Amino acid sequence: MKGSRGRLLIFATPPMFLLSGCAALKLGVMNHAGPIAASQWHLYVIVGIVLAFVAGPVLLLTPLIAWHYRLSNKHSAFRPEWGFSWTLEGFIWIPPIGIVIGLSVVLWHYTHVLDPYRPIASNQPALQVQAVGLDWKWLFIYPDERIAAINQMVIPVGRPVHISLTSGTVMQALLIPQLAGQIYAMARMTTQLNLATSRAGVFRGENTQFNGTGFQNEKFNVIALPPAAYDRWVAQVRASAHPLDAAAFAALFGKSSPLKPIFFSPIPPRLFQHILVRSGDRR
Amino acid sequence: MTHGIWLAILGRLDWQELPFYRAWENPTASEIIGAGAGLIVVIGAGAVVLLITWHGKWRYLWSEWLTSLDHKKIGIMYIALALVMLSRALIEAVLMRMQQAAAIDKPGFLAPDHFSQLFSTHGSIMIFFMGMPFLVGLINFVMPLQIGSRDVAFPLLNSISLWLTGAAAALVMASLVIGKFSTGGWSGYPPYTELAFSPDVGPDYWIWAVSLGSIGSTLTGINFAVTIYKMRCPGMELMRMPLFVWTALCTSILMIFAMPPLTIATALLALDRYLGYHFFTNDLGGNMMNYANLFWLFGHPEVYILILPAFGVYSEVVSTFSSKELYGYTSLVLATAAIALLSFTVWVHHFFTMGQNADINAVFGIATMTIGVPTGVKIYDWIWTMFRGQVRFTVPMLYSLAFMMTFVLGGITGILLAFPPLDYLVHNTLFLVAHFHNMLIPGLLYGMLAGYHYWFPKAFGFRLNEKWGRISFGCWVVGFYLAFMPLYVLGAAGVARRTQGMFDPIFRPWLYVAGVGALILLAALGALFVQLLVSIRERDANRVFAGDPWDGRGLEWSTSAPPPEYNYAVIPRVRGRDPFFEGKRKDDPYAPPASYEDIELPKNSMTGPLIGAVGAATAFGLVWHMWWLVIIGVLAIIAAVIARSFARDVRRIIPADEIGRTERSWLRAVAEATPIPREIEMTSANQGMAEVSE
Repeated sequence: MKGSRGRLLIFATPPMFLLSGCAALKLGVMNHAGPIAASQWHLYVIVGIVLAFVAGPVLLLTPLIAWHYRLSNKHSAFRPEWGFSWTLEGFIWIPPIGIVIGLSVVLWHYTHVLDPYRPIASNQPALQVQAVGLDWKWLFIYPDERIAAINQMVIPVGRPVHISLTSGTVMQALLIPQLAGQIYAMARMTTQLNLATSRAGVFRGENTQFNGTGFQNEKFNVIALPPAAYDRWVAQVRASAHPLDAAAFAALFGKSSPLKPIFFSPIPPRLFQHILVRSGDRR
Repeated sequence: MTHGIWLAILGRLDWQELPFYRAWENPTASEIIGAGAGLIVVIGAGAVVLLITWHGKWRYLWSEWLTSLDHKKIGIMYIALALVMLSRALIEAVLMRMQQAAAIDKPGFLAPDHFSQLFSTHGSIMIFFMGMPFLVGLINFVMPLQIGSRDVAFPLLNSISLWLTGAAAALVMASLVIGKFSTGGWSGYPPYTELAFSPDVGPDYWIWAVSLGSIGSTLTGINFAVTIYKMRCPGMELMRMPLFVWTALCTSILMIFAMPPLTIATALLALDRYLGYHFFTNDLGGNMMNYANLFWLFGHPEVYILILPAFGVYSEVVSTFSSKELYGYTSLVLATAAIALLSFTVWVHHFFTMGQNADINAVFGIATMTIGVPTGVKIYDWIWTMFRGQVRFTVPMLYSLAFMMTFVLGGITGILLAFPPLDYLVHNTLFLVAHFHNMLIPGLLYGMLAGYHYWFPKAFGFRLNEKWGRISFGCWVVGFYLAFMPLYVLGAAGVARRTQGMFDPIFRPWLYVAGVGALILLAALGALFVQLLVSIRERDANRVFAGDPWDGRGLEWSTSAPPPEYNYAVIPRVRGRDPFFEGKRKDDPYAPPASYEDIELPKNSMTGPLIGAVGAATAFGLVWHMWWLVIIGVLAIIAAVIARSFARDVRRIIPADEIGRTERSWLRAVAEATPIPREIEMTSANQGMAEVSE
């Protein structure tokens, strides 16, 4: 049958993809670099395994039964008026309900544990970062260090990071796949995201919510440094003495995607709050 | 002075708005593609007009089709619209895939603004002007036949719904030639689509196209639900209805309750854009979160509006082509109803990432997983329907099998996405894009194509070419896997959806495979059209006038193919499920009645085309701020509705003589047709008469 060749292809393709996909996947959660993403990956594996058992029977039974009971097979039973069985009804209703109940418990637990608003337990105080989505760049404000950076977020390895987000323009979403899932940033509102790194490295961050013609360029690097190197970085930015003055502030709201990160020090006090209450709609 | 007059007449329309002008001024690949698309629309429309004029078919078209209130013809027109729109949206998809494959650390050939119009039109068309018209067309054609009715409850309303949908689709097509379409995606999220960020006409085209379409769909939902409640033939109890009718009923109920939130959302957005309101703006108390809730309060049930009728088709197809009673009818009905109900309880899963607390996300996540239960039950019911049957691998059956195995993969990724912590990582990425295509291509498109192949002989009186059907099927399946499996990987690697450029060469192999997949999908569509042409050419060899090419089970197979305009000379009386199948085996379903009686049918009406044309003009006026056109349009619609409500002479009688003649010529054909066994139903021996075994 021509159909069976098609089905063979269906079976063969996904594993093929998975084998050669590893290179690209290292940019994602599979190659997690912090406790949140690690926990999320763990959850992927758990749910994935359960679901393999859910999908398996359908993937096996559909072709097997269709083929065995094909019209040309004269050795298969034919019971055209058979259309109900309590046993089968039990099999198709009860196990799925059981699985969903089981998964619900897992879901409830992990949704609370991995709530992006939930602070990460640690003996160090969380580093406060305020992220502002702009057209088409991100501004990261370090209120305690009184510095800010466009399109680069530097964080110390091991220390929890608490990010407060807002938008200086339309809605955006901050995603750093190797560290933590995303949350929206909306003008005049604050959302929160907690994350941490477990190793030094450079991780890709991006806006995933379409926001105009520069959307595809809105990427940034998250650089995780050992604590001492992080302190050196902060000192370096402070020493550069490139203040976020009125002109620089106005430029933030222009439509642009800087090719290189820009660093500011010092910054006006309560910069994030200022952006938050600033009346919205601007071109 | 003259400037003022032009302003009053043309609103904000000027030369710059023509893609031809833009391509002339700035001949980049992107602009030339835009102008080419505009040209195709203009030439295509011109060619259609010329052809009709050349063949002198305007009168025929007007009186037999455009003004017809016959549910069968309206259904066919809906599906023709769906196929035209499918062609455009699929070509757009191919362009997007090509652009992404070409734009790895390079700009590619499509400018970002053009690219964003493409994904916005692709999504809007596939949902509102491909999916909806296809399923509404199929229900329109099949459902009244299946319940033994002569028409839907409100035939004129049916025509108006069709023409509103057509007007909306025409508006989307017009945006190719005049101005531009929205860049805000099919969901049109503010504040991006607000005046402050998108001052051009794009979002206005989107708003009015979607509004017209959503009003049409609401009216359709009411029409279908009333038809199913009130117009069933004697004996057709609810629990005897074919499963396709059950899914049509659930879809109609969803349409009635789910379309209004969309109409409201677009209306509020229009108030923001036109009258300076602040429902969803960034400033003065606006809040886009309200839009997100309203939109998905529509958007999630919409998914099931799209999928349920396909489930109905699969139930019919699997049962017919397994020569077997549907397994677990009651289970399937309960599962359908459960899905319809649950579809209203999960909308928040479209924005788990909006910052609500973990309790809320968890509740909606669990509700989402719960839908998996009735859906899984349905899949097993179809598997057990094949069990102990005699399965024939016809094209509709192949689609059903491909659906069952592909849909389950989409279901798996759906459950992954139902976990808020997992959704955080892949929301807004190509993983999500892969997931919903993995649901809607098997769950909507395959179902509609299965239905198209299954009922085509009933609608036109001849079978579709089997070979080209299989080629097309193969391409739809292989193309789907190649086009969308890579997107799961890319999404898991964090590639955002709607991205015009790619930032890492590591994605190249995946993008190439996806690109090839998209081209194969285009070939699938091509094969579908070739099949139609080949089948029309070979129609005389494949006629099934007797009306029952597949040993059908429902009432729709008990009439000639195509059915007479009155459907049933005598309203059938039903004693169980699968009435025609039982009838063939227990007594003679072709026995002529003692006598024929006059039948009253609605007269043709030009109200539908008129309201559609005026609706499109009004929407066009709104888009371009041509207020005179808006005022005239609104007044004309009100006048048309009032005038029509005074019309008394709206019914016509088909005399008993004529019915007798039609019926006798059909019964003669039935008597002359050779009954054939199932083994040769795909050959020209099939004249629409099934050999009854046992």
